[in-house]
Amino acid sequence: MTSALLYDRLQFAFTATFHYLFPQLTMGLAFLLFYLRSRVLLTGDVHYEEVADFWTRIFALNFGFGVVTGIPLEFQFGTNWARFSTYAGGVIGQTLAMEGVFAFFLESSFLGLLLFGKRFGRRVQWFATLMLFVGTWLSGYFILATNAWMQHPVAYQVAADGRVFVTSLSGLLTNPWLFWQFTHNMTATVVTASCVVAAVGAYYLLSGQHQAHAKTFLRTGVVVGAIASGLMIFPTGHGNADQVFQHQPVKGAAFEGLFTTEREAGLYLIGQPNLETMTIDNPIEIPGALSFLVYKDLYAKVKGLDAFPRDEWPDNLPLLYYAYHVMAGLGTIFALLYGMALLSLWRGWLFNMKWLLWWLMLCAPFPYIATSAGWMTAELGRQPWLVYGLLRTADGTSPLVHSGNALFTLIGFLGLYLLLGMLFILLVSNIIRQGPASITPSVTHLPQSPGS
Amino acid sequence: METAWFVIVTLMLAMYVVLDGFDFGVGMVYPFVAQTEAERRTALTSIGPVWNANEVWLIAAGAVLFFAYPRAYAAGFSGFYLALILVLWLLIFRGLAVELRAQVDHVLWRQAWDSAFTMSSVLLAIVFGTALGNLIRGVPLNQDGYFFVPLWTDFLPGSAPGILDWFTVLLGLTSAVILAFHGANYLVMKTEGLLYQRAVAAARILGWVSAGYTALTVMAVPMVQPSLALNFSRNPVVYLAPLIGAIALGYSLYFRLCRRDTAAFLASSLFIFLMLVSVMFGMYPYILVATTDRAFSLTVFNASTDLYGLTAGIGWFVGGFLLILAYQIYLHSQFLGKVRPDDAH
Ligand code: HDD
Ligand code: HEM
Ligand code: HEM
Repeated sequence: MTSALLYDRLQFAFTATFHYLFPQLTMGLAFLLFYLRSRVLLTGDVHYEEVADFWTRIFALNFGFGVVTGIPLEFQFGTNWARFSTYAGGVIGQTLAMEGVFAFFLESSFLGLLLFGKRFGRRVQWFATLMLFVGTWLSGYFILATNAWMQHPVAYQVAADGRVFVTSLSGLLTNPWLFWQFTHNMTATVVTASCVVAAVGAYYLLSGQHQAHAKTFLRTGVVVGAIASGLMIFPTGHGNADQVFQHQPVKGAAFEGLFTTEREAGLYLIGQPNLETMTIDNPIEIPGALSFLVYKDLYAKVKGLDAFPRDEWPDNLPLLYYAYHVMAGLGTIFALLYGMALLSLWRGWLFNMKWLLWWLMLCAPFPYIATSAGWMTAELGRQPWLVYGLLRTADGTSPLVHSGNALFTLIGFLGLYLLLGMLFILLVSNIIRQGPASITPSVTHLPQSPGS
Repeated sequence: METAWFVIVTLMLAMYVVLDGFDFGVGMVYPFVAQTEAERRTALTSIGPVWNANEVWLIAAGAVLFFAYPRAYAAGFSGFYLALILVLWLLIFRGLAVELRAQVDHVLWRQAWDSAFTMSSVLLAIVFGTALGNLIRGVPLNQDGYFFVPLWTDFLPGSAPGILDWFTVLLGLTSAVILAFHGANYLVMKTEGLLYQRAVAAARILGWVSAGYTALTVMAVPMVQPSLALNFSRNPVVYLAPLIGAIALGYSLYFRLCRRDTAAFLASSLFIFLMLVSVMFGMYPYILVATTDRAFSLTVFNASTDLYGLTAGIGWFVGGFLLILAYQIYLHSQFLGKVRPDDAH
């Protein structure tokens, strides 16, 4: 790999992963906030309004960081991946432009209204939250449509000059790959938001502050979190894995650690891929499970890496393997933890179970890890292709941007984002320390503005 | 179809410069005209609800450029690599400054973000002017349709230019003073009291400086890029754009003097809008002019995506654009008039 290519890849991977830390909370929280604001509107309950206002503050902060880290991504296709942009701009430019026109304006306009327009009353706040929910999920949809096309190109044709163009806009937007990717990814955002909301609730309860709010946080987080983390595994996680084995069998073999083609292929729960011997060290394996999951048949043959030419293997096998296992392992843990929490909530034990509250509190960072690992699975597993089966990553870079410049900007992003990360943590802790009660309730006594 | 998208990109960029332009302008004049904490908060609240939506015009324009003219997007963005990454970093600081200043109640925290806001606004205004200068002057495209320009070479707009030369720096400065004028006009419209008085004074001075710089620029352009003037003389109707633009500038100075605040702001908006439109008219059909060999230039015809893509795009764009107008008008209308103290969040 030339060093420019390496820096370009590292820079994109780093900035994308960092960006995505924010939208995943934004989208999940928008969903929860919509629920909370609807409740406020229907019942006029001031308690729920305080809860909603508290999370709106965190939402706004988080959104701001998402915005500033998102802009570099949009422009990096051109700066670092010029040949890719020339090649595929006719296709992925469509969905990116649609995201700008349909989603970003909606989000940013209504966030401004929500934050600065307390005087407009509850109905406008509810409506603005609804628009934020729609806008952020549309954002997710369009950007995933972009990514889905790179994973599984559809509705395109190759022109005489070698570039690709769309042949059907609706085909592009209904890429079959998108179905499981969108449902899985959006459910993951709900998992993230529920875990964060429940964790703050657990923290308040354990430290004896804001009891009433804490209980609402926990109830909302645990119920929604339990449902969402179940959906992560089945059907959405399974659906994703299925389509990977169907359309990108090398990726599947690589992330499962299946070096050789086997009948009755097993599922590795633990073990390290050994690239010298091409086996898994100290494996713990469920025999036949992989064959069953992929083909609904314990004895079916699953293609291993040896069935594919070496130059089509993803180039970082161990990282890919670990990323996938971290995601799936955490997914299992979330489902267990939240299942348990839901049971305790239902039986009325939860608020007194210190150890479970501790677990819920400490769980907050892990959905972020699972999601980043999931993206590494999808993106590393796509290698060596930039557009699967069509364009190799090495052929997508900017021809005249040499490695020194790419390294300089990579280091710049690393430093800048370190600062951003610290600022974000500082400010979120600040809001959590102040707590929901200190937030001045919005002007509930004013007459509501007519129409909304 | 290729031409329709050129008009759309121009329109979006012009909207961007007019709308986010006043945000930059506020950033530039803000440390001078807003002196007490209450004034600073008022000044920031005046752009608080709208700045992000304004910035989206840039993002969306970038994405539309990518979609309609992938070649030009790829060549331009990789060619101005360093300058663009600098823009990204500055945009990050500008966004953070507006969002984070109110989060912590400490003088040093506020002072730090105040300077970050001003510095990023000044630099962004200069860089955007410089970028326009680079488009007018042209870039050293090779036969594959790519180029790379260093930040500067010998400061002369020759065939191996840098991003900065006397011409592009002149445009950078022009853009900075014009946007500062525009931002001061905006503050005048949105504020009261001492802040209002100081903003009026700033706008008066900046208005005359803008007129001076604009005159210099108008003289410099034909020296550096004769084909721009050629385009105009071929189709004299388009002289109307810069002409009305100049009249708008005059009116905005006049309205300033007779204290018709909203009219002055609208006139400076129109001036900025038309100036950008005139440049783009002059450029058409070129998007990136080659300083190497004219034949390597990227035009709306050889840089665009295919006809199906462009046509399908018009379909969703028209609907999307109407929606955008609807919420932008709704948003701005909700915050019309002087800043209300209870709006700060
Ligand atoms: C909270 C986060 C989270 C959790 C618990 C899981 N996932 Fe996941 N997964 C994601 C978050 C995620 C993600 C970040 O959202 C990805 C990355 C790309 C995408 O669209 O979704 C993803 C992608 C992804 C892919 C790759 C698709 C591709 O290559 O394009 C597979 C095969 C799975 N997931 C499978 C699973 C399974 C079997 C899980 C459960 C046991 C699981 N995921 C739990
Ligand atoms: C949905 C929109 C996305 C698009 C269009 C996209 C596109 C790209 C591109 C162009 C590259 C560089 C070329 C390459 O190395 O293949 C890349 C690499 C990468 N992206 Fe994505 N990406 C998207 C989302 C994400 C997100 C949200 C994350 C992380 C959270 C992510 C993680 C990565 C990683 C880890 C790599 C590095 C792979 C490697 O270089 O080996 N991507 N992606
Ligand atoms: C690599 C591809 C990506 C690009 C080019 C990109 C671009 C952007 C940009 C420019 C913004 C700022 C918009 C504004 O100013 O309002 C943004 C924000 C956002 N992005 Fe991304 N993004 C990428 C990956 C993703 C992914 C994978 C998702 C979700 C699935 C996502 C979801 C969002 C959301 C919800 C926002 C709104 C606010 C927030 O950041 O919290 N983005 N993105």
